[in-house]
Amino acid sequence: MSMAAPLTYTLEKRDNDNFTLNLGPQHPGTHGVLRVVLQMDGEYILHADPVLGYGHRMQEKIAENMTYLQCLPYVCRMDYLGAMSYNLAWVCAVERLCGFEVPERAEHIRVIATELNRMASHLLWWGAYLLDLGAFTPFLQAFTDREQILDILEYLTGSRLTYCYFRFGGLPDEVDDVFLERTMSFVNGFRKRLKNYHDLVTGNVIFHHRSKDVGVILPFDAAAYGLTGPILRGSGFAYDVRKQEPYAAYERFDFIVPTETSGDCLARYNVRMEEFVQSMNIIEQAVNTIPEGPVRSKVPKTIKPPRGEVAMAVETPRGELVIYIVSDGSKKPYRVKFRVPSFANLSVFARLARGQLLADALAILGSLDMVIPEVDR
Amino acid sequence: MSITPLHLLIYLAGISALVGLNAVILVWLERKVAGHMQFRYGPMEVGPHGLLQTLADGIKLVSKQLLVPNQADKPLFLMAPIVSLVPIFVAMMPLPLGETVQAWELNIGLLLIIALGLLNTLGILLAGWGSNNKYALLGGSRAVAQILAYKIPLLLCILTIIMMAGSFSLRDIALAQEDGWYVLYQPLLFIIYIVAITLETNRSPFDFSEAESELVAGFHTEYSGMGFSLFFLAEYSYMFIASALASILFLGGWQGPLLPGPVWSLIKLYAIIFLLMWFRWTFPRLRIDQMLSFGWKILLPVTLLNFLVTAGVLAL
Repeated sequence: MSMAAPLTYTLEKRDNDNFTLNLGPQHPGTHGVLRVVLQMDGEYILHADPVLGYGHRMQEKIAENMTYLQCLPYVCRMDYLGAMSYNLAWVCAVERLCGFEVPERAEHIRVIATELNRMASHLLWWGAYLLDLGAFTPFLQAFTDREQILDILEYLTGSRLTYCYFRFGGLPDEVDDVFLERTMSFVNGFRKRLKNYHDLVTGNVIFHHRSKDVGVILPFDAAAYGLTGPILRGSGFAYDVRKQEPYAAYERFDFIVPTETSGDCLARYNVRMEEFVQSMNIIEQAVNTIPEGPVRSKVPKTIKPPRGEVAMAVETPRGELVIYIVSDGSKKPYRVKFRVPSFANLSVFARLARGQLLADALAILGSLDMVIPEVDR
Repeated sequence: MSITPLHLLIYLAGISALVGLNAVILVWLERKVAGHMQFRYGPMEVGPHGLLQTLADGIKLVSKQLLVPNQADKPLFLMAPIVSLVPIFVAMMPLPLGETVQAWELNIGLLLIIALGLLNTLGILLAGWGSNNKYALLGGSRAVAQILAYKIPLLLCILTIIMMAGSFSLRDIALAQEDGWYVLYQPLLFIIYIVAITLETNRSPFDFSEAESELVAGFHTEYSGMGFSLFFLAEYSYMFIASALASILFLGGWQGPLLPGPVWSLIKLYAIIFLLMWFRWTFPRLRIDQMLSFGWKILLPVTLLNFLVTAGVLAL
């Protein structure tokens, strides 16, 4: 009966009614190569066991064998939906390690690009979560808007998903006004579109039945499992790295950290929907107050940080990413550690899924907004 | 009217054409409706506006191999799609699409259709059991769990209409609405009936037995080629029958001004089918237990009450 030998099952009840259901690694509900071995009693889940590592690429080891610049395109492969945050985290970590200055204009562009990317990531989550709930249309509606963001970012960076855009000390090139205009016209259009989203989904009775009081994460659990991002904020903590330890130009902008107290799927949904608005506010402020000037400070051609270590925390769309670098003074990092949000966020799934219906478990998994390569890294 | 073998032959040829054509049109329509609701065009390449896309897909499906899983119960596995499809050919017999367009005027035609409609669930259960796949089995068992929850309210809806018309014959029921369609007298019942046929045809927001984000493809996970397409034919034909019943029971069947009867029939029943498609591409899916409690705790008491009140009003 047991399909995965190394796993140990703790079953309350072991009789012939129970069966093992192998959810994934290829399953439409897991959004990637995540495998969950479920012990089921009919439609109820007795025990869930996530099996990780199908996409393990030894990112940390790879980083040790590369120069700091060579590693830049690699970090964004972990979270391909929030790649800009990874870019930002890596360049900020190295800048902090070396003590580089970044011009103000570059900081603004960094914030705009990262927030656009956050919106694109949340849009994909919005569509995929509703796809998990069985609604197909929101998925494609979200893609229509996400496409515009990708077009804008393609215009800015040259790539659509796995960006390698920021450079140590600023940006690779001057940014023209077309980018800013397109960004503003998108933001203005999206405010109306967001209302459509609420009309289509947020007020829907079926949606409420499916997400209210489902997958409740108590504040104590949220803290104990090390959850971050919208999931933590859905459980009542107003923790956002952009506020707690501001980086780039975030401290210059006025935005709030949306929180909900109920900790269920609906709370996480509402938090992310409100984050759209906050991201748009940040983008508007950043565009309106963008200063003229250079976009890149003078940095040496070869990056050779002094001996030492640095930890850089960044709020990705999924939560807190910490990049920890130990430098031995050479061109390559001595040790790199990525503390990724999805990995910690996934850890709570087994607890949430216990005793739930299969349909609810997949809704919960959808509300956690997993990116599996980030979990496996 | 007695049925001779010649009658039967003509009827079977006609009904095969109808079932096939209906499926071709509905699959195309479904993809077009979905496309336009999602800001895209849907199929455009094969034929004008992709009209022939379904034919191309059909040819592809027919030419594909029907794989039988290793540990599957082979006879049941192969029988399931046939069990789903065959009852349709009989169920369409007493269906009047016009005053003179009817294969078999049967005084208990409505009962026959209801009874045969149940066989679809049997096909789904056989597929779920025969596939030897846990997802398929879950899909099959869901279909059985939901059947009682919607069939009884559905029957109570139909019983109320039968009581109003005083006949089990679909023709008589349609003719009884010459003065006013029953939807005007029973708007609530019409809404419940539409909900119930959404359940009966396994369509979103009640597509539990094939819920793709939960059960991969549910009961037809293991089906390929012709087995898969037979299930599709059956699904779209049941949509046709359920919508035709709705148009006859509530919207006066073929009756309408100016246009000939069959045209009115088709307009009404395809309007209802469009409504079902609209549901599918707008709503998220309910959870199976929520649907069961909805069926037992809301639909059943409301229809029962409606039935009693109608009986009381008619007796006065």
